[in-house]
Amino acid sequence: MASHGIRDAVAIVGMGCTTFGEHWDRSADDLLVDASSDALASAGVALDDVDAFWLGTMGSGLSGLTLSRPLKIDHKPVTHVENYCATGSEAFRNACYAVACGAYDVVMAIGVEKLKDSGYSGLVVGNPANDGTGLSVTAPASFSFLAPAYANKYGLDPDEVKDVLTRIAWKNHRNGALNPRAQFRKEVPKETIACSPLVAGPLGIFDCSGVSDGSAAAIIVRAEDAHRYSDHPVYVKALSFIAGPAAGPIDPSYDYTTFTEVVRSAEDAYHQAGIEDPRAELAMAEVHDCFTPTELVLMEDLGFAERGFAWKEVLAGTFDLDGELPVNPDGGLKSFGHPIGASGLRMLFEAWTQLRGEAGDRQISSIAAGKRKALTHNLGGAPGACVSFVSVVGDQPDA
Amino acid sequence: MPGIVSYGAYLPYWRLGRAAIGTALGSGGGSGSRSVASYDEDTTSMGVEAGRRLLATVPAGYQPGLLAFATTAPAYADKTNAAIIHAALALSGSLPAFDAVGAVRSGVGATWIAQAAGGVAVLADIRTGRPGSSDEAGGGDAAVALAFGTDGVIAEVVAAASVTAEFVDRWRTPGAAFSKQWEERFGEHAYGPLVDQAVTEALKAADITADELDHVIVTGTHARAVKAARATFGARPDAVTADLTVEVGYTGTAHWALLLADVLDRAEPGQMIAVVHLADGVDVWLLRTTDAIAAHTPARTVRQAIEATRGELSYAQFLTWRGFLQREPPRRPEPERPAAPPSLRTDAWKYAFVGSRDENGFVHLPPSRVSMAGGAIDQMEPAPMADVPATIATFTVDRLAFSLSPPVVAAVIDFDGGGRFQCELTDVDPATVAIGDRVAMTFRRLYTTDGVHNYFWKARLLAAPTASDQED
Repeated sequence: MASHGIRDAVAIVGMGCTTFGEHWDRSADDLLVDASSDALASAGVALDDVDAFWLGTMGSGLSGLTLSRPLKIDHKPVTHVENYCATGSEAFRNACYAVACGAYDVVMAIGVEKLKDSGYSGLVVGNPANDGTGLSVTAPASFSFLAPAYANKYGLDPDEVKDVLTRIAWKNHRNGALNPRAQFRKEVPKETIACSPLVAGPLGIFDCSGVSDGSAAAIIVRAEDAHRYSDHPVYVKALSFIAGPAAGPIDPSYDYTTFTEVVRSAEDAYHQAGIEDPRAELAMAEVHDCFTPTELVLMEDLGFAERGFAWKEVLAGTFDLDGELPVNPDGGLKSFGHPIGASGLRMLFEAWTQLRGEAGDRQISSIAAGKRKALTHNLGGAPGACVSFVSVVGDQPDA
Repeated sequence: MPGIVSYGAYLPYWRLGRAAIGTALGSGGGSGSRSVASYDEDTTSMGVEAGRRLLATVPAGYQPGLLAFATTAPAYADKTNAAIIHAALALSGSLPAFDAVGAVRSGVGATWIAQAAGGVAVLADIRTGRPGSSDEAGGGDAAVALAFGTDGVIAEVVAAASVTAEFVDRWRTPGAAFSKQWEERFGEHAYGPLVDQAVTEALKAADITADELDHVIVTGTHARAVKAARATFGARPDAVTADLTVEVGYTGTAHWALLLADVLDRAEPGQMIAVVHLADGVDVWLLRTTDAIAAHTPARTVRQAIEATRGELSYAQFLTWRGFLQREPPRRPEPERPAAPPSLRTDAWKYAFVGSRDENGFVHLPPSRVSMAGGAIDQMEPAPMADVPATIATFTVDRLAFSLSPPVVAAVIDFDGGGRFQCELTDVDPATVAIGDRVAMTFRRLYTTDGVHNYFWKARLLAAPTASDQED
């Protein structure tokens, strides 16, 4: 892997995150105003102190004007980025690099999505003019390809798979119930999850992430400047982003039980951060649980479980809030909600919150016990053809 | 003079038991069942399927002189439907392709033109009527293709005769959803003498008598007149063929050719076949099988095709598919229309399902300029995949996606000998799909937006994982 990384070169000194949900009374502009204001206040800086902006949104606006217009930004660089569901992470990554290379002192990465104005169920994405030969299925359908393939490969029967997927949803709802910003703030009995109306393959409504509106933002500065802004900054250890060759849908050797892009971006990120045993070294992980089978497969791709054993670890509670490696302590996409452009920054917001010991009822114990690094993972696309982002952040610079 | 060198018949997977009509409406229906084109089929796509079966059994090196397509239910007006069939069958670019659409009799006309030119005739129809009507219960959907040439003739044309007469028996204005018919007894009166005249002329031209006919096919737009004609002109009763209306229904332009295909499936060398067709006049065609028919094996016989129509459809689903019942769609946007320039650029892919194969044998679906294995650019050869069977690697049932007939069943399929594709499954029971199931490609109309039909390929399950993979 040819990436050099920018370990400990930049730090997050302030973050903001709106509540996620069906915000019938708030526009994308409103959400951007709210998240950016919170982030600025968190860092103790004014809008004028920010030198440049990276805005992530997939469908809630085009160009930097989508941010500069509502915030009345005074002639500053605003970059609009889009990378499917990893859009928020991509805004963050590019913002970090701009600081690391010395181009700017203080930057903002902000993501937003207003999904609930479309009038449709689920995610709606427009395509460029085309020949009409692409398979047009919904996101839950393309991710549900994972479930029978995983079951077939590892010898699980349909009921066993359903139990595993149900437990993932149950766990994330349970975590989200403790999160005041989450879209769904209640525990859901496993029976309710398992018996929910089917959407695609074995996936029911409760196996799908929440379709929601929301925004999240981060203020990033050079690491050596961090303490000028925050008593408790969070340092960027690794940023890896990979777009695959989209081989899965055309290559028979791909078996729909892994995201090769995630494997590669995780390897890269661990290399950048100097992590050798992620399961042992990480305090927590926020992962892209767009649908329950995704989280199952990610546990293996990110090195948290051996191949073919993630389902057992899920059932054993390894990734529960009080488990060996808490995954999605904030409720994840499942329960916190998934406003596309905001999600990557929302994951970082949870890492920021947990590392600083500010997570209240859902504060994980691993950080107090001495683990000081968190991972965020964000992907976009579909199994076999996706983009993947992995970051590692920590609240202490490495020696 | 060119004769028949091959034929291909296609019946859709679905059928409707006529009793279901009576059950739903409280009257009507009748016995037996009718064939039903799926929601994703039209006369053009069914014509492609018949053409594929035809091309599987044409003599080696066969080059048609033209392509003629006939239907009473064209998918397009103004635009040539035969051009789509031409593209899907990957026929030569220099081959002329024409439509003859509107009237049932167009099927005979298209065939005679194809015969004269040594070409291919494709006849397809989707027949229905107002709910509860005899047209609805008695109609059927089918497509048949006939190839004419001078080498490898299995049935030669001995004589033909026609009578044309104008009278108002059956009619439909363009755009109307169903046809109307005059009082039944009038048609019987009008057709009677026309049948006598045309049959007499044809027999005279062939210098034979009616009792020398081995197979007599009588069909047409007027059931009562057809029934009467079967008994009138002196053919041996055992020579008069079953008309398949109980099993399939009357399939319009395609029907006489469907009955002819059924006869050719079992005919022996040197037999005389008469086709008597009643539609705004009478056309008679006398054919004689040659020795070559003994060696001709159809891709699939008509009887096998009838047996394979195993999908028992509910009447509500039938009405929905034919547009008589508007049902609530999923809360998802309707698909965008396919754009013309990209569709032209990917012509071979979109219509004929031709991918690309790189120097290492890796098959790219859709075709790609850059090799997945090695990155070579523009070092590809065409990979026609329409006739290659495949195996399901994984699948899903999408209950949220827009579809004319939810749910969408989608699968990742791996082709024998290489190549993977993600596509919809059709003619399928969502509850029975499994990893490892064998599938074959089929040409379908995916959806229609802004009046543009989006034709492309789906996969359908092969009946059993056996040697029958070659066809169904």
